[in-house]
Amino acid sequence: MNTGLPAPPDSAISVVLPSVLQPLAGGQSVLTAPAEAAVTVAWLLDTVTGEYPALSRRLRDETGSVRRYVNIYVNGNEIRRLQGLVTPVAPGQEVLVIQSVAGG
Amino acid sequence: MGGMATADSYVLAIGTKKGLWLATSPDRKDWSLSGPHFLMSEVPSIGIDTRDGRTRILVGVRSEHWGPTVFHSDDLGETWNEPENGAITFPDGTDAALERVWQIYPDADSRPGVVWAGCEPISVWKSTDGGEHFELNTGLWDHPHRSEWGAGYGGAAAHSIVVDPTGEKVHVAMSTGGVYRSLDGGASWEPRNKGISARFMPDPFPEFGQCVHKIAADAAVDGRLYAQNHHGVYRSDDDAESWESIAEGLPADFGFVMLTHPRRAGTAWVIPLKADGERIPPDGKLAVHRTDDAGASWKRLDAGLANPEYNAVLRDAACVDEAEPAGVYFGTRGGSVYASADEGENFTEVASHLPDVLCVRAAAVTAALLPAQSKG
Repeated sequence: MNTGLPAPPDSAISVVLPSVLQPLAGGQSVLTAPAEAAVTVAWLLDTVTGEYPALSRRLRDETGSVRRYVNIYVNGNEIRRLQGLVTPVAPGQEVLVIQSVAGG
Repeated sequence: MGGMATADSYVLAIGTKKGLWLATSPDRKDWSLSGPHFLMSEVPSIGIDTRDGRTRILVGVRSEHWGPTVFHSDDLGETWNEPENGAITFPDGTDAALERVWQIYPDADSRPGVVWAGCEPISVWKSTDGGEHFELNTGLWDHPHRSEWGAGYGGAAAHSIVVDPTGEKVHVAMSTGGVYRSLDGGASWEPRNKGISARFMPDPFPEFGQCVHKIAADAAVDGRLYAQNHHGVYRSDDDAESWESIAEGLPADFGFVMLTHPRRAGTAWVIPLKADGERIPPDGKLAVHRTDDAGASWKRLDAGLANPEYNAVLRDAACVDEAEPAGVYFGTRGGSVYASADEGENFTEVASHLPDVLCVRAAAVTAALLPAQSKG
C-alpha cells in the first residue's frame, strides 16, 4: 500500500498513524523503530509507543489485545487475518494503523 | 460534598453518547451552552469535585475505537488532562481490561483528594489524588460472587457508590449483582438485598443477583438508603440490612434514577418509566416524582417538561446540586436537558436535540472560574 510517505530505510520499520492519534505521538504521523531483522507486530507496537503510553492505550487494552475497532495492516493485510500480534514485520516495511468503521 | 453552596454561578456538565457539553448559569434558569468536548466519544460518567478550593471536572470518556479513559479539567473545560499512564487501568494479573467508567464519585469534604469510581467490568476503584490515579478495590474484585454477577442490558458495571461520613460504611450497587456493603472502608464486602425482588430470576428474592439501577443515601438520616430497581423502589433504614417497598403512589415502579436531597431528611426523587418492556415515561407523560417523607407519599412534578415525551432517562442522567433550594437536573435519551432551581417544582429546558444524555452533574462555582465566553 502506498501511503505517499517516504519509505522507511531497510534498517527500520515505520508505523503510520491516523491523524486523530497523532497528537498522542507528539504530533508525528509516523513512528519508526530500528530493526535489523524481522520483528513481531507486538514488539513493534511496544517499541514505538514506549514513550507514548496514552497512544499505546488507544491501540491495545491492558491485556495487550488490539482494540476491537483498531485495524493494523501489514503489507495491506489486517493482522487478524495474519498471525495477529505475532505477525512478522520485516525491516523496510510499513505498518498502518486505521480505525475501522464503527459506531452510529 | 460539603455544605450549602454560596457561589454565584452554576455549571452543569452533560455527558452524551457523542460528547460532553457544559452549561453555565447565574441563576439556574438562563443557561449558556458550550461544546461539544470529546466529540464522537461517549461520556457516561462525570464527577465535579469542588473540594480543595478548586473545581475539577472528571469525565469518563469512551471511544468506540480507542477505548475508555478518564480526563480531568481544572479550568471548567478550557483544557483537559489525561494522566500519562491512565487514571484507571486494570493491574497485571487480573487479565481484565477497562470497558467503561460508569461512576465518578468525589468523597466527603473531610477526605479531600479521595474519589471513587465504579466501572465495567464490575469493579470499584479509589483515588487519593483527586482522580488522577485509581487503585482497584481488590476486596470486591476478588469476591467469590464475582463469577455469578451478570450484565444488564447496558453492560455489567458497578454504577453506584455511597460512602458514609465516617468513610467506613460503603455501599456499592451493581447491575446485575445487587447491593453490596462494606463496613471496613471497602476491604470486605457482603451482599445486602433482603427484601429486594429479582423477578427475572427463578428465586425472586435471592441473596444477590438483583438488578438494582441506582442507590442513594439520605443526607440526614444515618443508615437510610433508597434504591430504584429493575422494577421496585425501596428504602432501607438499617444500612441495607433490609429493604421495604416505597413504590406505592408512583405511576410505575420501573426506572433508573434515584436522587436524594443534599441536606434534608426524607427527600428523594425518581423518574418512573412504564416497565422493563416499555421503557418510556408512563403514557408518554414525563414527570419527576418527589417524596418528602421518605417514600410514604410522592408528588408528581412536570411543570416545564415536554409533553408528550417518549424518551427514557438513564441512571446517571439526573443529579442534584447543593444549593438552597436544591437544584434538580436531568437529561433524556432524546437529548433534552432540564434544570429546576426549586427542587423540581418548575423545570426549564437547558438544551434540546443533543445526543442521548448519559450523565449530568451540576455544581455551584464562583463566576471568576468560568471561561471568558461564559461570563456575562
